[in-house]
Amino acid sequence: MIRIFSIAVGLFFAGALLWSLTLDTIGLAHDGLPKSAERSFHEHPKPLALSSDGWFGKFDRKQVKRGFEVYQQVCASCHAIQHVAYRDLAAIDMGEAEIKDIASKATISAKDPLTGEVKDRPGLPSDHFPPVVYAGQGTPPDLSLITKARHGGAAYIHSLLTGYTTQPAELLKQFPDAKTPDGLHYNPYFANLNIAMPPPLTSDGQVTYSDGTKATIEQMSTDVSAFLVWTAEPKLDKRHQVGLWWVGFLIYATVLGYLSYRNIWAEKKGH
Amino acid sequence: MSFPWAKQYTPSHPFMVWMDEKLPIPRLIYNAVGGGYEVPRNLNYFWNFGFLAGLCLVIQIVTGVVLAMHYGGDTRVAFDSTEHIMRDVNWGWMLRYGHANGASAFFVVVYLHIFRGFYYGSYKAPREMVWLLGVVIFLLMMATAFMGYVLPWGQMSYWGAKVITGLFGAIPLVGETIQQWLVGGFAPDNATLNRFFSLHFLLPFVILGVVILHIWSLHIPGSSNPTGVEVKSESDTVPFYPYFVAKDGWTIGLFLIVYSLMVFFMPNALGHPDNYIPANPMQTPAHIVPEWYFWPFYAILRSFTQDWLWFIPAKLMGVLAMFSAILVWFFLPWLDRSPVRSGSYRPLYRKFFWVLVVDVLILGYCGGSPAEQPYVLIAQLASIYYFLHFFVIVPIVSSIERPDPLPFSITESVLGHDEAAALGTRA
Repeated sequence: MIRIFSIAVGLFFAGALLWSLTLDTIGLAHDGLPKSAERSFHEHPKPLALSSDGWFGKFDRKQVKRGFEVYQQVCASCHAIQHVAYRDLAAIDMGEAEIKDIASKATISAKDPLTGEVKDRPGLPSDHFPPVVYAGQGTPPDLSLITKARHGGAAYIHSLLTGYTTQPAELLKQFPDAKTPDGLHYNPYFANLNIAMPPPLTSDGQVTYSDGTKATIEQMSTDVSAFLVWTAEPKLDKRHQVGLWWVGFLIYATVLGYLSYRNIWAEKKGH
Repeated sequence: MSFPWAKQYTPSHPFMVWMDEKLPIPRLIYNAVGGGYEVPRNLNYFWNFGFLAGLCLVIQIVTGVVLAMHYGGDTRVAFDSTEHIMRDVNWGWMLRYGHANGASAFFVVVYLHIFRGFYYGSYKAPREMVWLLGVVIFLLMMATAFMGYVLPWGQMSYWGAKVITGLFGAIPLVGETIQQWLVGGFAPDNATLNRFFSLHFLLPFVILGVVILHIWSLHIPGSSNPTGVEVKSESDTVPFYPYFVAKDGWTIGLFLIVYSLMVFFMPNALGHPDNYIPANPMQTPAHIVPEWYFWPFYAILRSFTQDWLWFIPAKLMGVLAMFSAILVWFFLPWLDRSPVRSGSYRPLYRKFFWVLVVDVLILGYCGGSPAEQPYVLIAQLASIYYFLHFFVIVPIVSSIERPDPLPFSITESVLGHDEAAALGTRA
């Protein structure tokens, strides 16, 4: 009885699915596979090799520090990195005095410990980077986690920063309605191809590096991508380092465990 | 409960004798996972996943309890407190990645454990109760994992919560009321996050309780085995300690290696980038997808695109189907009437089993893809097979199939001969 009931229920669901399948197939035959400008012209990120990649990856601190300089001189006017604290900069080889100096240039709105009143004061190393007040339309995203919050990570950031171009004529021929609206900028690496952010890196030498590296657009873009990997996960070095030791120990322990298993079962195998 | 030849616990130290009289915990342990529990000697490595699932539960509870000490279950601080754990809590990154990937590891292990059950007919008498409790554990795991994913209050957390609680809105008449009662408002908000945090902390301990019942009910008939032939004599079994402690033990190492590679070297591989964007009720992500372990069921849900029989809405059908896809497992012991347990001796059932494995993988792939063609058509075909498999094929195959000859005993299957059988005791 239960089996007859079960077969009936199974056919009920299979029937509903077959009905959906039939109507959807008719729809598909009528409309064809979905087509859009994003689908045809969106590009996957260009490959980008950073020293933090891979299982043995470690931050190139000089590069991350250069990336911080790009962030400060270019990105910081619109984008915050609120999850990062000034004290965190010690991890990219900045001295205490330097960190205090950078922090003090920021204005932090915080409670006065004596009066409890919210007041503006110069930043301290213990403060996080403050929010950025953006005067234009929309809210530029916080960049602290951006390399973890986008498919493709650092490679995506690098591709996006260097990927601005004019809209291909081929696109407009295929999709006449998909012209980039005024105020937006065509970038094939951006999900919907049209991004509000104007090209931020426009000329060589836009940033002055403290270590004297020549600031080409490629260099600035790569450095700031490396910096944003660091802001997204400052503990990455430690994770890789601990992981190698721990997995090494596990392999050793597992081999010992396997040998003792073989030893214990020796007489039970075979006969 | 055990076989007559199982060894008895005999304490020798006066303290242990005293303890055995007052509170016989050592005896319980000895009989459950010690020398007193006799286990079929022919178990293959698919029998290790129960033990490993237990280990996963322990990992989740230990990491979870510590994470809860640093997490804030309030929409204003949930996302930031998660990043605080990643950056400022000592070893916090390891706890969080360990917990997030621990959930995935738990589901990998449990799916293998469940499919072991499908292949070897572990659900059949006398182990129906073990199976039923197992399905209960799986449902509790799904609820717990879903609520846990909401806690970081990222974009996928929020929109996942919105979609899944929205499913209850499909129930006719009372759906909307139930949905509002569940989320504590018209859309997920602080009330939702708070109750999910509370339940996410509670449910693992409920799971632990059901796991104890699951093991208890298993230990009454004893473990099944790859031949599906019940234990007949002493030569069919070996004591759990040391044999299976050693066998389960070394695979713990193997499991931890794979798990640790995920945690330390690709911790975000199974997650979704959108969950590193703080929840924003005003901005819907391009593709809302749950975690990978829900993908097959999510694909079934989305396969119902048209109203059925002109009055059952597609959404309601999808919800009914998604729940039925799991609830049917409860009836499996009575749908599959074949007296032969193991798929190794069921040539026809075995073929359908492998089709099911491929089918569920296809469903999973479609569930993780955007809800557009051609994925919808593929998912619809795969869903049809899924329902036919459990509701129609399993009952029919079990009636018409001609199974292969079974070995006389476990001993015979291992050694090629069985002394007890040779002496003419063949039943």
